[in-house]
Amino acid sequence: MSTRRHLGIFAAAVLAAASLTACGGSGDDSGGSGKTLTYWASNQGASLEADKTILQPELDKFEKQTGIKVNLEVVPWSDLLNRLLAAATSGQGPDVVNIGNTWSASLQATGALVEFDDATLQAVGGKDRFVPAALAAAGAPGKPPAAVPIYSLAYALYYNKKAFADAGITAPPTTWEQLAEYGKKLSTGGKWGLAVEGANPSENAHHAFTFSQQYGGEWFDSSGKPTFDTPQNVAAVKRYVDFMATDKITNPSNAEYAQNQSVSDFANGKAAMLLWQAAGSNLKTQNMPADAYGIAPVPFLGAPPAGGKKVNSMVAGINMAVFKHTKNRDAALSFVKFMTSDEEQTILNKTYGSLPAVKTAGSDPAFSAPEQKVLQETLSTTAAPLPQVPDESTFETLVGTAIKELFADAASGKPVTEDSVKQKLTDAQQKMR
Amino acid sequence: MATSTTAPGPARPDRRDPGAGSPASGSARRPRRPRRSLLPYLLLVPAIVLELAIHVIPMVVGVWMSLLELTQFHIRDWSTAPFVGLENYRATLDFNSAAGRELLHSFWVTLVYTLLSVGLAWLLGMAGAVVLQRPFRGRAILRALFLTPYALPVYTAVITWSFLLQRDTGLVNHVLVDQLGLLDQRPFWLIGDNSFWSLLVVSVWRNWPFAFLCLMAGLQNVPGEMYEAAAIDGAGFWRRLRSVTLPMLRPVNLVLLLVLFLWTFNDFNTPFVLFGGSAPEQADLISIHIYRSSFKTWDFGSGSAMSVALLLFLLVVSAGYLLITNRRRDHA
Repeated sequence: MSTRRHLGIFAAAVLAAASLTACGGSGDDSGGSGKTLTYWASNQGASLEADKTILQPELDKFEKQTGIKVNLEVVPWSDLLNRLLAAATSGQGPDVVNIGNTWSASLQATGALVEFDDATLQAVGGKDRFVPAALAAAGAPGKPPAAVPIYSLAYALYYNKKAFADAGITAPPTTWEQLAEYGKKLSTGGKWGLAVEGANPSENAHHAFTFSQQYGGEWFDSSGKPTFDTPQNVAAVKRYVDFMATDKITNPSNAEYAQNQSVSDFANGKAAMLLWQAAGSNLKTQNMPADAYGIAPVPFLGAPPAGGKKVNSMVAGINMAVFKHTKNRDAALSFVKFMTSDEEQTILNKTYGSLPAVKTAGSDPAFSAPEQKVLQETLSTTAAPLPQVPDESTFETLVGTAIKELFADAASGKPVTEDSVKQKLTDAQQKMR
Repeated sequence: MATSTTAPGPARPDRRDPGAGSPASGSARRPRRPRRSLLPYLLLVPAIVLELAIHVIPMVVGVWMSLLELTQFHIRDWSTAPFVGLENYRATLDFNSAAGRELLHSFWVTLVYTLLSVGLAWLLGMAGAVVLQRPFRGRAILRALFLTPYALPVYTAVITWSFLLQRDTGLVNHVLVDQLGLLDQRPFWLIGDNSFWSLLVVSVWRNWPFAFLCLMAGLQNVPGEMYEAAAIDGAGFWRRLRSVTLPMLRPVNLVLLLVLFLWTFNDFNTPFVLFGGSAPEQADLISIHIYRSSFKTWDFGSGSAMSVALLLFLLVVSAGYLLITNRRRDHA
């Protein structure tokens, strides 16, 4: 009898515990009263904790200057877009947020973000403060920006100097053909030529954009309609996946990577090359000394087809936006002004290895280090913004996921052909509406 | 699935004196009667409010969403979303289009996954419950051990599995390839064809303790005399299992199998955590598929249409199941 009763109590307890776990809290304590702001920062440093350590002193400084308290939450990239979407839908949540600059037009379309028209821009220091290319990636063309840029980034090629020297390679590749050739020399003894973040849709989509530009393709036509399965885009995606499928210079395991394991592989010497945005600060935390790797611009096609563009990176970066539902609009704008001030731009971009998004903050010697020089040069000469259309975030998801599946095919030995690439892109396009 | 039974009230509330005074003046002097007649309803109010708030209203909103073109242009103010009628259903259930084909594929994957997972979880739970039916040294420890997967928070448990199953650094490949040397090549467990089986193993691992718990509780109600009588009649282990244990567990099994089916069919956490948001085609369960269709592509209208179609399917299955099992019971 007592066993039975114990069992009953135990069963009830287990069930109760199970139902409790099902309703874990997700409440956002938005600062409603007084001068408190909630700020969602994106994950720029090596970890969420690292970001908190970097940002908190600056927020304390802001509180000391203005009396406005800022509650910080660092949101991982995998959650950020969903969380922003939820905040836009419910009208609840943070006052100020970081957004990936490629999402600007998509989030702008929700109408949930404060428009930075001339008067609003004036409140944060004026339109002319910002680097024009960075500000152009803050919303659809012809409309007031939905955000202002705070960190500017671009892709670069990181290469392991020692691995290159051991393989008798004297200079970084400037064409993809060279990269594949060098990669084959470097892929020996359990080491690989190139690391990719194969299961991360956003990374995949960014590379799909760059390759497509080089092949003369576009992902959207001038009216904003998707053009995913054009021959140029098929060639572009196939070129990228072929590093694993046919060149075999990428470890098949990379098809599983979505948590920056490719950066770790590069830092540990398991892979000799990496295409990344401002990897320097991340590599530093993984104990790779700065003199162990070199930085070069992302390669181009050796023989570009007709219409191919000389683009080797997207205009990458982080923007800062203010939600319309904020009850402290002025406080929020003064926080944006603070974060885009010369001083903060220098401190934060220096720490993160990115470039200032305002013209007047570039004089610090940190921004002429080798890595930043390559980023600077790429941004000013050969970077192009991702299409600023409302469907951009859907493009990243659908095309990025299609490439993820192609990498999975390549990893498990299934052939990746023009037809299979085209099929995936056609399917992805059909899901757009 | 919420089932509620309303016990008949002790007194009929409509037993009223025809000559009673107006309620306003009567309530002050004789407060007992109206309160008594209202009490059952008052007691029901919290349950009804919660039921409405948690089940009915979201379901109705979901159906309404499925009739709208609810994209990022409209999510902030739903009233601006154009009403498209059944267009979302037409688009998502058109099995000639890519979206429809993938939904159908995902449906079959989910069905096979659910049947296998529920079957295996039930089998393991049954075996565990029968083994632990009789007292022996260490029974309590085994019981606690068997229930551990169910007591662990799902995210923690499944994330651990996803680490175990990684190709280069996972423990599974380390044991299979490096230590035992069973395989020459490191297989992938989280992408490709194996991903389905990985998902199945994790799901069975998570679900079988619940089957075990229910069946163990059910077995406590089987009188020992029945086994004694069966043993005297010369029935062996399998015969006793078939003729005593299983028939006596029938009421438990009826509910258990239905609940496990519904839970597994709708399981979101396991694939979401195991595969990080977008599952490989081979393990593209319908809940993840719907999530991806609505959240990742910001098309909540067609996501809702898929959900409503799924709801109808599960309703039909549940109703059919209950109808068949009830009829059998009536005939028995």
